[in-house]
Amino acid sequence: MAMITADPKDVPQVASFAFTPENLEKAKALIAQYPPGRQASAVIGVLDLAQRQQGWLPRAAMDAVAELLDMAPIRVYEIATFYTMFQLRPKGKYLLQVCTTTPCWLRGSEGVMKVCREMADGETFSVQEVECLGGCVNAPVVQINDDFYEDLDETSMRRILDAFRRGETPKPGPQIDRQTSAPVGGPMTLKSE
Amino acid sequence: MLADKDRIFTNLYGIHDWRLAGARARGAWDNTKALLDRGPDAIVDEIKKSGLRGRGGAGFPTGLKWSFMPKEVKDRPHYLVVNADESEPGTCKDRDIMRHDPHLLVEGCLVAGFAMRAHAGYIYVRGEFYNEAEHLKAAIREAYDAGLLGKNACGSGWDFDLHVHRGAGAYICGEETALLESLEGKKGMPRLKPPFPAGAGLYGCPTTVNNVESIAVAPTILRRGASWFSSFGRPNNTGTKLYCISGHVNKPCNVEEAMSIPMRELIEKYAGGVRGGWDNLLAVIPGGASVPLLPKDICDTVLMDFDALKDQKSGLGTAAVIVMDKSTDVIKAIARLSYFYKHESCGQCTPCREGTGWMWRVMERMVVGDARIEEIDALEDVTKQVEGHTICALGDAAAWPIQGLIRHFRPEMERRIRARTRQLAAE
Repeated sequence: MAMITADPKDVPQVASFAFTPENLEKAKALIAQYPPGRQASAVIGVLDLAQRQQGWLPRAAMDAVAELLDMAPIRVYEIATFYTMFQLRPKGKYLLQVCTTTPCWLRGSEGVMKVCREMADGETFSVQEVECLGGCVNAPVVQINDDFYEDLDETSMRRILDAFRRGETPKPGPQIDRQTSAPVGGPMTLKSE
Repeated sequence: MLADKDRIFTNLYGIHDWRLAGARARGAWDNTKALLDRGPDAIVDEIKKSGLRGRGGAGFPTGLKWSFMPKEVKDRPHYLVVNADESEPGTCKDRDIMRHDPHLLVEGCLVAGFAMRAHAGYIYVRGEFYNEAEHLKAAIREAYDAGLLGKNACGSGWDFDLHVHRGAGAYICGEETALLESLEGKKGMPRLKPPFPAGAGLYGCPTTVNNVESIAVAPTILRRGASWFSSFGRPNNTGTKLYCISGHVNKPCNVEEAMSIPMRELIEKYAGGVRGGWDNLLAVIPGGASVPLLPKDICDTVLMDFDALKDQKSGLGTAAVIVMDKSTDVIKAIARLSYFYKHESCGQCTPCREGTGWMWRVMERMVVGDARIEEIDALEDVTKQVEGHTICALGDAAAWPIQGLIRHFRPEMERRIRARTRQLAAE
């Protein structure tokens, strides 16, 4: 496995990073959630803001976060490399996080992964194998940016990615006829008003 | 069968309005002040009497846990922390609470926070649940606007602030002390205990960490009474419970049912039965990836509760039922879980950091039979050396699925090794 480092050499060099005024406000609101002096608690949230602004998390952004939170830069690098949602290199417009843990695997995540790998070009789509996404009764599940696409098979996965490629946003959630986590065919419980 | 009137999560499937108006129509926030007026000790007592055991996996009695908090607030503030880092493979129940009935959780936080004399609570939501966290934040905003949270919450005279804290992808943060580390802005590495969080938790202050479901059921228990809740299930295993049924069933789903329901009834009544019929069942993981699997003959009769599953050397865990039919390569299914634990080990303790990788590599060889028969014993021996020798239970969780596999499917592992040995000899 490749070393996870806060400072990969083979990524575009980003000389500096500054939060937009809007994101700076959001960061301050996050910091205000914690007691005075405990601003480091906001580090995950503020890194997430930086990642959303930049599209990925270059070291310049980590340094900006460290300065904002008055943390030693190494403490921020530790966070950025420990938590798997931080993207330390540029990604495509849509990040396909394919769950392949046992409950998804039992229901065909291998086929879904195959389609995602075929479509991944690094520009429109990047693909990443992830551990359990917590949508197991709607397996297989793929997270695309912030949304879960559920009850997938190769056909529906291909349909969704084609739609994204056309610039559409397909409806998240179950891709078969079913209400969220209720069984197919309708709920067996909670039928009385 | 549990009647709809006895279900706590009446919007489990998100058919109805999840916002404040909808939640109120379903009975949430109904005179919460009266619940708080009973006082912290009476609330803790009622939860104790209900027999509620933690719904996050370990099953520790919730009321007892609350009672460990200091009776008076001294120099350090008290904190309530809710564990919404739901990541145990097979488990997706807290997700439904947060996206479809967030007010049950928000009201539960006020009640629990008040009972443990906390003025602030943090809900730690796994980072992937972005939309779920948004619902929760919206519900909290509604509650503030309606005077249900904040200064003089619900007119009770108690101030209570509640915040959502998103994680960023780390199973280990579901371990309560790793969660606290993460909440403090550090890597999610579990702490040595003692001190326990009730003594020194978040920022070194008295803290209680509870699962989403444990907190969300508390107001209903107080309204309907401990005896109502404890009328479901067997003694020591009381209440209703959210079950997640995934894998090789005809209709995977989440459902709220009574504790101690027979596993077969749960699968057949709610999840449309095992694909190809009950006789096509190979094995079930009854409580999320960490608990040992059970072969069909045990599944025929076992009850879904803490004690019945423990008697079978497995566990209720999060009540996430992962069903595998006879088409399943059961060794591969467990090997995938071994990979999961290797991936999620925080790396702090040597037995877990090295052991999870070692066990996974051996399991991958077991999948194809590229091993010697004696290595099954060596593998089992290593699981025992990891188990119980780490700061947190992730090492145990990595060991147990393999132990379950060896206990129940050793002949299949041996058959595969022999088949490969024969094949190599023939070539």
